Amino acid sequence: MTPSLIEIKELHKKYNLSGSIWNSKKRVIPAVNNVSLQIYKGETLGLVGESGCGKSTLARLIARLEKPSSGNIYFKGENIFLYDKKALKAYRRNVQLIFQDPYSSLNPRKSAASVIKEPLTIHRIGNKNQRRESVTQLMEKVGLSREQAHSYPHEFSGGQRQRIGIARALVLQPELIIADEPVSALDVSIQAQILNLLKDLKQDFGLTYLFISHDLNVIRHMSDRIAVMYLGRIVELAENREIYEHPFHPYTRMLLSALPGCDPVGKRRIAAIKGEAGAENDCGCNFQNRCPDKGAICSKQEPVLTQVEDERFCACHLTGSI
Amino acid sequence: MPPLLQIKDLVTVFDTARGRIKAVDGVSLNIDSGETLGIVGESGCGKTMLALSIMRLIPTNGKIINGEVLFSGRDLLALSSEEMRAKRGSEIAMIFQEPMTSLNPVFRVGEQIAEAVRLHRKLPAKEAMALAGEQLREVGIPDPEKRAQDYPHQLSGGMRQRVMIAMAMSCHPQLLLADEPTTALDVTIQAQILDLISELQKKNQMTVVLISHDLGIISQEAQKIAVMYAGKIVESATVGQIFVKPLHPYTQGLMASLPARCVGVDKKQQKYLKTIPGSVPSLYNLASGCRFYERCSYADSHCAQEEPSLDEIGKGHFVACWKSSEIQKEGKLIN
Repeated sequence: MTPSLIEIKELHKKYNLSGSIWNSKKRVIPAVNNVSLQIYKGETLGLVGESGCGKSTLARLIARLEKPSSGNIYFKGENIFLYDKKALKAYRRNVQLIFQDPYSSLNPRKSAASVIKEPLTIHRIGNKNQRRESVTQLMEKVGLSREQAHSYPHEFSGGQRQRIGIARALVLQPELIIADEPVSALDVSIQAQILNLLKDLKQDFGLTYLFISHDLNVIRHMSDRIAVMYLGRIVELAENREIYEHPFHPYTRMLLSALPGCDPVGKRRIAAIKGEAGAENDCGCNFQNRCPDKGAICSKQEPVLTQVEDERFCACHLTGSI
Repeated sequence: MPPLLQIKDLVTVFDTARGRIKAVDGVSLNIDSGETLGIVGESGCGKTMLALSIMRLIPTNGKIINGEVLFSGRDLLALSSEEMRAKRGSEIAMIFQEPMTSLNPVFRVGEQIAEAVRLHRKLPAKEAMALAGEQLREVGIPDPEKRAQDYPHQLSGGMRQRVMIAMAMSCHPQLLLADEPTTALDVTIQAQILDLISELQKKNQMTVVLISHDLGIISQEAQKIAVMYAGKIVESATVGQIFVKPLHPYTQGLMASLPARCVGVDKKQQKYLKTIPGSVPSLYNLASGCRFYERCSYADSHCAQEEPSLDEIGKGHFVACWKSSEIQKEGKLIN
């Protein structure tokens, strides 16, 4: 079996919302709720879910931009939250992020080349000439021309900016790339270019991806395995094919049937879609209010993510019976 | 029967510091009563400006310099502002992409719906308010009387869009312009909103213009599609025609660049998506020829010199491309 690069164990992240002046009630938002997950070396793990389900919080925890309320993340067997300063710097080198909005994630006052070069300077890698060399090489690799090195972000289109963001993430030769909605802000024709680029780079640099998106079509195109998140929890985890052809969890089914089809004469819905992702339930399954197959046990006991088949996990009481 | 909405050679321009741009450049369209027309294109192609031109709501630095917008035979562009205001909301309604910015944050949603009813249907305030509650029920909001007392920030994104729809529907318009109505919403909510629109459309025999960048949504909801590129319509046809055989290279490219389009269809997972090289040209300095010339794999020197016009090359299938007959003969299906 492929070794796991990242291992997440029972991770929780709660945000405390203090009450406002009108409302003194304090609320706790469990953004990430008991998530256990492995990312294998060399794979693309797709993470899909609706807005507010905790995808980005999970990404920030893995990148160690946030500290968890409880639980641990292991990188090659070492707990990343126990790293000392030096080890943390090395970890940051190995794990890089690509962000959604190429407009807000680039410093408008820095030229493309200096944006890409900055991580090298921070990590004190190479001398001036070597840095310049690796920046130009990388720019060509991601499809930007040498002449554009001294242009500023506003001179680039959205797709090109995303290429700059990708080059910046790659310049430190990381092992894991966390791509948080990397194509959501782009038009379809540009989206395809960036997805192809990401696939190429993965192969050329032997990367591992955690690919986050709300778009099931994009996730399907990119991922080897897919994790479906709902209100802070992973509700289903399986191989790409399995998720799309034999979804187990009622929420996964709902997501799939919500996809607009491309076939004008094709059938439309395989499952009814009702309700909205709202607050947590006090008791039982989080999805019970929207679930078409809700049983008696669902309002009493919370389902846990259990292994159903080989490499196949689902958090639903009724997995066997639906 | 004449079409409900007939747009003839519409040109909308914007005067900016960098010069004049044509956001909508010679668009002609016919929309029949009761049908759904989908307008698809990438950001900046003029979809929204086309809709706003129909409503005569374009920003102040823009103006419509040419064309006609015939609605039930009357030219909307020739109406006085008072006459146009009477049409807006009552006969033609519009819903927008981001419901939070189109609702007034300091009024209760019920009042906002009632306002339209009061103005257009001249109902007293109390009756209007009751009708607002009724409308909210119509769009599937649970506990409508109570929700009518809520302010927009108290509602979720999906609920806000339902409120927008309730407002648009309150005077039973004949024509609904929906500009990216679900782009800001999650997929499950998107499906609910699209279902709601088509349900209301059937019930009220309404005509819908659905604007989206998402070909999937358009194919599911619309009967006819118009594809826009850099201010112009490059192809228009029925959904069947476009999806079986797109004839404009841009439409072909758009469809081919979608990842894994169908769920449940056994499609070998392709490694690479087809892409359209380059990016959309700037409207500031357009070359003389076809606007798609630089990105097109079929282009030749003729395309660089002369701009193609939108011609009917099959029944109801319009394409603006010099190479369309060649492409048609090829018989190449992209799927």
